[in-house]
Amino acid sequence: MSTPNSLLKPIYLDNNATTRCSPEAVAAILPFFTEQFGNPSSMHSFGAKVGHAVKAARASLQKLLGAEYDSEIIYTSGGSEADNTAILSALKANPEKKEIITTTVEHHAVLHLCDQLEKEGYKVHKLKVDGRGRLDLAEYQALLSDKVAVVSVMWANNETGTFFPVEKMAEMAKAAGVLFHTDAVQAVGKIPLDLKNSAIDMLSLSGHKLHGPKGIGALYLRRGVRFRPLLRGGGQERGRRAGTENVPAIVGLGVAAEQALEHMKEENTRVRDLRDRLQNAILSAVPCCFATGDVDNRLPNTLNIAFEYVEGEAILMLLSKQGIAASSGSACTSGSLEPSHVMRAMGIPYTAAHGTIRFSLSRENTVEEIDRVAAAVPGIIAQLRKLSPYWNGDGPVTDPDKAFAPTYA
Amino acid sequence: MWDYSETVKEHFYNPRNAGPLPEANAIGEVGSISCGDALRLMLKVEPESEKIVDASFQTFGCGSAIASSSALTEMIKGKTLDEALAVSNQDIADFLGGLPPEKMHCSVMGREALQSAVANFRGEEWKDDHEEGELICKCFAIDSVMIEETIRANNLCSVEQVTNYTKAGGGCSSCHEGIEEILARVLAERGETFSPAPPPEKKKPGKLSTLERIRRIEQVIEKARPNLQRDHGDIELVDVDGKTIYVAMKGACSGCQMEALTLGGVQQQMIEALGEIVKLVPVKLKTPPPLVNPS
Repeated sequence: MSTPNSLLKPIYLDNNATTRCSPEAVAAILPFFTEQFGNPSSMHSFGAKVGHAVKAARASLQKLLGAEYDSEIIYTSGGSEADNTAILSALKANPEKKEIITTTVEHHAVLHLCDQLEKEGYKVHKLKVDGRGRLDLAEYQALLSDKVAVVSVMWANNETGTFFPVEKMAEMAKAAGVLFHTDAVQAVGKIPLDLKNSAIDMLSLSGHKLHGPKGIGALYLRRGVRFRPLLRGGGQERGRRAGTENVPAIVGLGVAAEQALEHMKEENTRVRDLRDRLQNAILSAVPCCFATGDVDNRLPNTLNIAFEYVEGEAILMLLSKQGIAASSGSACTSGSLEPSHVMRAMGIPYTAAHGTIRFSLSRENTVEEIDRVAAAVPGIIAQLRKLSPYWNGDGPVTDPDKAFAPTYA
Repeated sequence: MWDYSETVKEHFYNPRNAGPLPEANAIGEVGSISCGDALRLMLKVEPESEKIVDASFQTFGCGSAIASSSALTEMIKGKTLDEALAVSNQDIADFLGGLPPEKMHCSVMGREALQSAVANFRGEEWKDDHEEGELICKCFAIDSVMIEETIRANNLCSVEQVTNYTKAGGGCSSCHEGIEEILARVLAERGETFSPAPPPEKKKPGKLSTLERIRRIEQVIEKARPNLQRDHGDIELVDVDGKTIYVAMKGACSGCQMEALTLGGVQQQMIEALGEIVKLVPVKLKTPPPLVNPS
């Protein structure tokens, strides 16, 4: 007799959206709400103890990033603030430069800011990607000039996991005298980083993507890079980010950074193998589906599959009913009129782009969980395809007389 | 995850009347694959009585699209075509215990599929006048198309005016930037530049005589009529009682879902023309229900 869905342990495969704060991070955080409540800027012992904790967390982050100095780490409220700070700082520090280079598939924290800057008169170049989500470095090279204030390119795409060659791109920017920022929110904690030996000037990260708490992130700012703060006020963060430090979250982020370093090998072996196991199981069992992005060059935990002729939100609801959490790039999940900008940028057809499901794993996932998901997916897709006007029994409708042609498609 | 009602979930998890209907003699196919929702509605209609004896659907879409399709088939089975055509998208949403504002278009798609299927049965050509825009105001579920059309029809030039005419922007304010972008685009069409500053206040007219006041009211009504007549509707002045102006909504305007919006627009023009706050009341509301004494 099978276990009812309501009794099955939920399976969380949406770690690119957020991760569970690790128990060790939570344990480290709690005293900073109670006995260690001081303001790190205070001159008394209450502040000093807390100040040491903030410093220790900064050192942990420095180690995770492979940064040369701990002073290169500026705490922020998260990845979005770090992205905004980096780009706006570059523009203010270089007022004579009016151009920005980014890509069509960035996170909205970068894209929407760039859209706004475009309205304010800046020229924004958005690098296109090919069908596998890859950039054309020749196009990038052609755009680099002394008019460009900053390049902002993500390290790894949040939907497909595809890596961009940011270290190479940073070298190219440096040669052109252009500042280089990378939104590394998805990459930090999953792949080894060595910033001191790179040409990257600025890097954004977020605590809750690496089993740390929400509401905390950081901006890596290479020593010597011209900088203008986004928030002005007190002298916190050496005057580079005003506002009393979110000490409990900073402490949690420090612990999360230490643990990410400890689990780095596991992330790139066991977690990657689990991801591959899930991919192979689904692609072999479900017809008319494919993995999107550059599958040979992506985050070890990320799998984005386009299920043709069915819609992503419906898939998510049926997965959720079986206790499985994932996410989708369909228009319906966001309430917008368009599917994910990443899928559209890669030229994925609408009948597939609306049916994309992102499975993003973490070190907390097990083989049993992956096998349960792999077993659940084929039935869910088949169930929805039975309802789909694009599907005919065991395959897509190919007879032109039976083709589905909605009136205002 | 959307906050779906239990009825929506029930119809999604256990859709009624799903799949092909080989004996269908009325088929409607509507939707937009670019937006991720498309529906094929199949009806088996008794030719003599035009009674719908069976209905089924196939849907490419989200939970609410599937639930709306399922609900629609349940609602129209056993009805004549004319009775079925009286089912509005709001009826579909109500049947489901409501839909999130972002998902109301799923119920619209259901109604359009029905119209398309009926036209297909009767050998008519169905053309949708549906144009769906991006949802701008989530508080009041107003999309970009409605805002654009209202700006054009009434020569609006500020967010405040858009709010007065459509309600959009009257809630949490998060859509003000979006409304300003639409204003900038529409104003550019007519060679004007949008300025975020509110328009200068018009000089308030002096106190009007009763005759002048009635003439102004009539002028506003006359100005509004051609637009309404183009949509097979009309508006007529019935009576004036102090600050209350009674009108009759006629033709397609009577009972139209947009009646309140139309009245709101005319009322705003009336307020501007008279320089005083007045209330436009459709004639059916002239006798208000008695107040209930709470004690």
